[in-house]
Order: sequence, then C-alpha cells, then structure tokens
Amino acid sequence: MSALRILVPVKRVIDYAVKPRVNKAQTAVETAGVKHSMNPFDELSVEESVRIREKKRAPGGVEDICAVSAGPAKAQDTLRTAMAMGADRAIHVEVKEGDADPEPLTVAKLLKKVAEEQKSNLVILGKQSIDDDANQTGQMLAGLLGWPQATQASRVEFGEGDSVTVTKEIDGGVETVRAKLPMIITTDLRLNEPRYASLPNIMKAKKKKLDKKTLQDYGLENERRLKVLKVTEPAPRQGGGKAEDVDGLIGKLKELGAL
Amino acid sequence: MTRISIGSRPPVRIHLQGEGRHYLLSKRFCRQFCISSVVNMLVFAKRVSPHATASSLRFRISTSRPLGRSRALSTLAVLEQRDGELVQGSLNAITAAKKVGGTVHGFIAGVNISAAAQQAAKVSGVDQVIQVDNKAYDKGLPEIHAPLLAETVKKGNYTHVIAGHTAFGKNLLPRVAALLDSQQVSDIIAIEDDKTFVRPIYAGNAIATVESSDAIKVITIRGTAFAAATPESGSAVIVDGLDGVSDLDTKSDSLTQWVSEDLAKSDRPDLATARKVVSGGRGLKSKEDFDKVILPLADALGAAVGASRAAVDSGYADNSLQVGQTGKVVAPQLYMAVGISGAIQHLAGMKDSKVIAAINKDADAPIFQVADVGLVGDLFTKVPELTEKVKSK
Repeated sequence: MSALRILVPVKRVIDYAVKPRVNKAQTAVETAGVKHSMNPFDELSVEESVRIREKKRAPGGVEDICAVSAGPAKAQDTLRTAMAMGADRAIHVEVKEGDADPEPLTVAKLLKKVAEEQKSNLVILGKQSIDDDANQTGQMLAGLLGWPQATQASRVEFGEGDSVTVTKEIDGGVETVRAKLPMIITTDLRLNEPRYASLPNIMKAKKKKLDKKTLQDYGLENERRLKVLKVTEPAPRQGGGKAEDVDGLIGKLKELGAL
Repeated sequence: MTRISIGSRPPVRIHLQGEGRHYLLSKRFCRQFCISSVVNMLVFAKRVSPHATASSLRFRISTSRPLGRSRALSTLAVLEQRDGELVQGSLNAITAAKKVGGTVHGFIAGVNISAAAQQAAKVSGVDQVIQVDNKAYDKGLPEIHAPLLAETVKKGNYTHVIAGHTAFGKNLLPRVAALLDSQQVSDIIAIEDDKTFVRPIYAGNAIATVESSDAIKVITIRGTAFAAATPESGSAVIVDGLDGVSDLDTKSDSLTQWVSEDLAKSDRPDLATARKVVSGGRGLKSKEDFDKVILPLADALGAAVGASRAAVDSGYADNSLQVGQTGKVVAPQLYMAVGISGAIQHLAGMKDSKVIAAINKDADAPIFQVADVGLVGDLFTKVPELTEKVKSK
C-alpha cells in the first residue's frame, strides 16, 4: 500500500458559538472584532488525519500531513492550530484582507493544484463550512481531479491494495462505500472527537514549516460567479409565552390550529 | 440574399431568397443558434447557404426578449429514486424548476425505474422525463452519475439544473457543477428570477440574496421551502437518456463500489416531510427514557421523531434523526421540542416550523424565545400527561 500523503484543507470562520450579526449596509455579516476559529468540520479532518498516523491505521503508514488554507493573514492562526494538533506543515494561500473568501469552485481549483503539487493521495475536508453552509468544495475537488469521493464520513478504514472503506451518514441511516486511493473524504460530526492542542504542541507548531503563497502562484484569480445582492436578518420569531399546565398547552396548540 | 426572420417564439423560419427555399428551425435548434447572437445567426446562415456573406444577409429580427440574453430557459430537475421507487420528496425539484420559468425536464437514473419515470411524467408542467435505466446508477454513486448528468445538461442545452439539498443531492450536484465549471448555489429557499436566488447562511442567522453569472446554474433546494409537486394529469414524454457507462456492469473500473447500507427502520412518518415532529434533547437522560417518553407522544400525535445533537451524541437517538444545521432541516405544522435548550445550531433546523411548542424545566432556556407556546416543568411527568390527554381526545 502506498504511504499516505494527506492534504487537509482548513477554513477560518466565525466561531460556532457566536451569533452572527448582519452589517448595517446589509452587504455581509459583521466579521470585524468577532471571534474566529477553525471550522468545526475541519477540526475533525485534522483529528482524523493525525489519528490515522497515531493508530497506524493505514498499512502503508502516513508520510505527510499538510494543512492548507486560503484566506487573509489571520488564516495562519488556523494553520498553526492544525499544526499544533499534529499536522506536519502548512501552506497559506493569502487572500487580501478585505477581499471576500474565494468561492468553493475557486477553492476546489486551488486544492486541485495543491494536491497535484504536493503529490497528495488523500484529501480530507470538512463536509461544510459553517459560514457559507455550501457543502460543495470536497465534491467539486473530487470532480475536478476525477477521484472517488466519500462524503459525510463517520468511519474510515484502510485495507490492502490501497482500498479505503468509508461509512457515510445519509438520509435515514448509513451507507458504506469502498474506493481506492487517491480519494476525497469529507467529515461528518460523528467521525471523531477533536483534541485540544496542548501548550507544548502549540509551541512546537510555531517552528513547523508554513509556506506562503498566493492564488496567482497557482494561476488563479479570486473570481466571483455569485454576486451577493444583499444580506438580511431572518424574520424574527416571536415567542408566544408560556402555558401554566398541560391543559393550557393543549388549549394553546388547538387555538393555533396545531392539534 | 438570405433572409432570416426571427420571431420571439420558435419555430423560426429562414427564407433563402436566392434558392427559393424555407427552413423551419426546431425549438431545440433555436435554443442553440437563433436568438443568442447575430454572430450565431451568421454562422447558421452560412451553414445553409455557403455563399452567404455578412453583407448579403439581411436580418429581420422581432423578438420580445432583448438580444444577448437569449438562451431560452430550460431546467433539468434531478429526481431521486430508491430501489426503483421515486422519492416523493424529490418532486419539489420540479416545483422549483417551474418557478424558474421555461421548459422543465425531469431526470431519473437507476434500475427498473420506468414506474418512477411515469409518476414524474404525470406532474403537470413537466415537458419531458429523461430516464436512464441501468443498474450502474442504482445506488446514486456520484462518480458515474456526475459525468452522465453533465453530458445530459450539455447536450440538452439546459440553463438550470436543480436537485434537492438531500444527502443524494449534496453528494452529487457539486461534482456536476465542477464538471460544468459552474459555481453551485446551495440550499436555496426562494427563486427571485432565473438568476437570483435566496439562501440562508451562518446556520440560518442571515439570509443572502445572490445573483449567478454562470451560463448553467446548478442549484440545490431546501425541500421545506418548495412543496413537492404531485403527480396528476400531466403527460410528459418519457425518453431514454444518454447512457455513457452502459457497459459498466460488465467492467469493474467504477471509481467507487457500493458496499452496504443500514437504514433505521421506522413506521413513523419521515422526519423531513412530516406534518408533526416531536424532538427530544439532552433532558431525556438516557436512550430508555427517550424511547419511553418521546415515542408514545409521537405516536399519539402521528408525528415523526427528531432529536438534538446532544441526544444523538449521547446515543439516545439515531444520527439520522438529528435536526439542526448539521442534521435535517424541518418545517412541520407542529414542532414539539422536549428537553431541548435551543442552541443556534438546533434552531437552524426547525425555526421555520409553523408552530413551535417547548417543554423544558429551565424557564430561561433559549427555546422559549422562539416557541409559540412553552411549558416549564419536568418532562418526565408533563410529557406522559400530555400523551394521555392527546390520546383521550
């Protein structure tokens, strides 16, 4: 079996616990001064990559774990986090501060180039980023590379002859598929429980290699196919108060026509 | 002298004066050539009349549409099947396709799907259903579905491709979009016009209106925002589609092999489409209590069962029952949240429900801010009481 060269794309997003606010001009969500962290699904990708190595799950071993992120200068913090969790090195593709995040198709095109350049044979991505909620990049990358894909993975097992068996979350249950390396996997929440980076590992991560690149280095532009015309708050929902007891609850539900 | 008159509607008549001949162009041909640009018309004219030059051509153009945005709208609605049966929920792709305007074709691939195709053909407003009957497509593997769809889209000159934002659609459509070099628009909740779509972002905490500049718009739709179309008296033509991998069953070079599936069996209504949903959270304490408290209430109401992420992670309920940003998005008539605090990730999956009821012992739980009616109390006594009272009505 070939040794794994894992590529782990990570994205810096507004922290999942923060309630996002739409800006006054209704052009975007307010990001200045808001806590950001690694997209939770990407933490699962990094964790899985590191566990594959630690638990020696792949017969051919893990040769390299490379994290990559496209974003403003601060995306480097996210890459350092990935390295503190166990990634060997990182590539930062800088997008100018203030420019919008590249669209999934652009990111997929970028990742194709990076995967080819790094000779990756396994790319593990989060199933979606919690800001744009698009759920596209992994599948697009698989399409562009012509590699097999296993989305929403909850279990990944390696077998002989470069085969990878993945259990996926689908509507109504789970489905298991098998493919051969090279392939694309996207992570579901059930895959693992990401670790916290320990202080010594955070210190060590500062010394790990971080290459700086631009989209132009890969022959790409931050092209926009989708123009955001406006961003608004959803219509607020008004709580309707509380009932005293079960009869009150039933009465109110009848009044509302729900029973 | 070649004269081409272009009306706003096909068929288009081309009159070659020198030769005294007429050409009638089909609807499909027009989509490809006619109204799109003067250059294309010249190309076409040259094809039928090799001696034509730009100066010898006279165009009389009468069209209600401005030139340039001229490709007639036509949408391919990708339908989902399971074991040859049409997944009824996927018919909402047709509802969305009709909102785009223009012609609507359905697409279904799998094995023994003719009954499913016939059902889809009965939806009014559908002009054609393309079926690809081949066992290679049975399990919906995107590695072979995506090239088939991309080819179908190119050949049929579709301007829009729409599928549900379900596990199937999410897995397949971005791969199709990449093959078509199109930036997909995911999980839309409204269609403003043929290129402007509305979609929730940030777990539904913001609503974005986006305009796509792609020639082919690849879209997934939120099922709860578009009612499923019902097969009635429509009579679309059923045609056999391209079958690029027809010899796949004899070869073993498919990129991915389907191994097995394990579906949670349930006689209760399907969570995604149920009119009523009873959901349990961390407050249920154990799987035994979840089953003892939630299931009888769900059955008394005829409701589907849902769960919060906390309940799923603690093993109280199956993963497939999770409601929220990372699980299912539901919008039933009644959503009853039992022992659920109401984290934003959970609200993202249910806040469009018509009526929300909550039972929680913490009076300050965020769920009460969105619930139309709340009851503060111990769910282990309140829910059985509610179940009994609902049953006795």
